[in-house]
Amino acid sequence: MANHTIAETLYVPYLDEKGILSWLLSTDHKRIGIMYLISISTSFLIAGISSLLMRLELIAPGKTIVDAHQYNVLFTFHGTVMVFFFIVPGLAASLGNFLIPLMIGARDVAFPKLNLGSYWLYLLGATILLISLLKPADTGWTFYTPYSIKTGTDVILLTTGIFILGMSSILTGLNFIVTIHKLRAPGMTWHRLNLFVWASYATAILQLLATPVVGITLLLLIMERVFGIGFFDPAKGGDPILFQNFFWFYSHPAVYIMILPAFGVISEIIPVFSRKPIFGYKAMAYSLLAIALISFLVWAHHMFVSGMSEVAATIFSFLTMLVAIPTAIKVFNWTATLYKGSIQLHSAMLYALSLIFLFTIGGLTGVFLGSLAVDVHLHDTYFVVAHMHYVMIGGTVMGFFGALHFWYPKMFGKMFNEKVAKVAWALIFIGFNVTFFPQFILGTLGMPRRYADYPPEFHSLHELSTIGSLILGIGVFIMTVNLLRGLTNGEKAPENPYNSVSLEWQVPSPPPHENFEKIPVVTDYPYVYGKKNTQEG
Amino acid sequence: MATKTHSEEHHHDHEEPHIVGNSVYIIVWVALMILTGITVWVARHNFGVFNIVVALGIASIKASIVALFFMHLKYEDKLTWTFALYPLFLLALLIGLTASDVFYRLSP
Ligand SMILES: [Cu+2]
Repeated sequence: MANHTIAETLYVPYLDEKGILSWLLSTDHKRIGIMYLISISTSFLIAGISSLLMRLELIAPGKTIVDAHQYNVLFTFHGTVMVFFFIVPGLAASLGNFLIPLMIGARDVAFPKLNLGSYWLYLLGATILLISLLKPADTGWTFYTPYSIKTGTDVILLTTGIFILGMSSILTGLNFIVTIHKLRAPGMTWHRLNLFVWASYATAILQLLATPVVGITLLLLIMERVFGIGFFDPAKGGDPILFQNFFWFYSHPAVYIMILPAFGVISEIIPVFSRKPIFGYKAMAYSLLAIALISFLVWAHHMFVSGMSEVAATIFSFLTMLVAIPTAIKVFNWTATLYKGSIQLHSAMLYALSLIFLFTIGGLTGVFLGSLAVDVHLHDTYFVVAHMHYVMIGGTVMGFFGALHFWYPKMFGKMFNEKVAKVAWALIFIGFNVTFFPQFILGTLGMPRRYADYPPEFHSLHELSTIGSLILGIGVFIMTVNLLRGLTNGEKAPENPYNSVSLEWQVPSPPPHENFEKIPVVTDYPYVYGKKNTQEG
Repeated sequence: MATKTHSEEHHHDHEEPHIVGNSVYIIVWVALMILTGITVWVARHNFGVFNIVVALGIASIKASIVALFFMHLKYEDKLTWTFALYPLFLLALLIGLTASDVFYRLSP
């Protein structure tokens, strides 16, 4: 075997090779993961700035900084970039690429070149999005017909970009599924996998099987716009609600493409900083698969007031409630893992705890929206905006920030300033709640979403929300500067700063190109903390 | 520590690829051409509500031939079959649950 030659070569960190081409042509899963990380973080910051502009417009009634059309463009840009360029590829592509091979004891993913190809497709999609900004779309990120057929803005280019991103997502999902099936180290049985790997597996199934549907849907939309085929136009025998059925058949599972990796992340962080095994490992693993399965059964809860049939609405409302079961299992088990643990409030742990708290609010308000009668009142109001941001920021983004702080030493071989990280966390946590909690109230009072203006009685709550968004923005800014400063000024990171027993912490920080000097033989699952393992620390 | 190192990499893959002769591909090609001919032929006849059933039926047979023989699904293990059949289940869901909307709307 070629292994002894690897053992004899000196340790060369994967980051060592310099030059932009050494990155853009690299098939190393860690480098591809870092390239995704840079791309999605950039998308997040840009789309975040567009949301601050929207909040500034809404600081007072009447026109402040943008007019109604510009506001439509802003929320379309914000939604499209956040959804398709940040949060869908997001944790799955960046952390999944970096971590899955390390966690399962492999040297790379199953198809390294295809992996690089996925990243190039992502870049191509992003380029097309940028070109579409010459005549930016104003449809919102959902591209509902008939407006998306009729608007004069560049819907075709934007949806083409998203179509290409979809191909990137499908190939990443395929790659991860094969990797997890085929490249596990000796002894790495399914029940010894990290929960992050389980989460990535469930996500990959959704990416592989749901994404083609949105691809086809957007293609139908493009064909209708270009050739005037009547898929969705009732005058030509089409059905505008059919578009919504197809769109949400993907986009509800996509919610879990966004959130499942974050669930995986905090299932790694919480045991390490509680010094306890994860509570109910198998329930945690299978609830991830259950969420992935059920996510295909609930899509029309986005359409209760669209004019769809009441029979279907009743079926979908019932099925939607099923999601609460596996989700509640997860929240319960995270909490039970904390119980009597020896908790360390590392910045990563603060983000993980925030996820449990905020996602629970997001999830429970989802139960309101999934109930037929309540949804009639709350549909298309700020209640929905608040709910989805509690799920997406309170869930996914908290998981993302937690992951950044948790695996930072492993990714870059440096430490960041922990005190500054905690200050940034506090600003983000407070800013987030001040921004979005008032929006629940605004929604119940009847403030519709996607409006550039509002009557004066909503002024104070909108003003509060805008102030919150500025606090949130400052928090994210401080966090970003702190993490970037760590790259140049940070102390050198040890191999395993948190005494984790998980496989990725048993290799040098940053890991060498081939990950493992020798492929490890795995003898237990990665959560043996506490009494079982007296040698730790 | 949950792990220990071992000096050799293990390979548990003992799958031997099934070799399919050229004749199979030729038969697949001929079958697809014949079925395409039938598609064109039935397009000239009106079967009423069964038009779509006939068209999709022939298309499904063609897709099955491609998947089973051209793509070797027939010789694959259970896992590959699972991944091949699960999307069909999802397709049934997409059509079935969408039908629960389309066929039960109140007429205006
Ligand atoms: Cu949904």
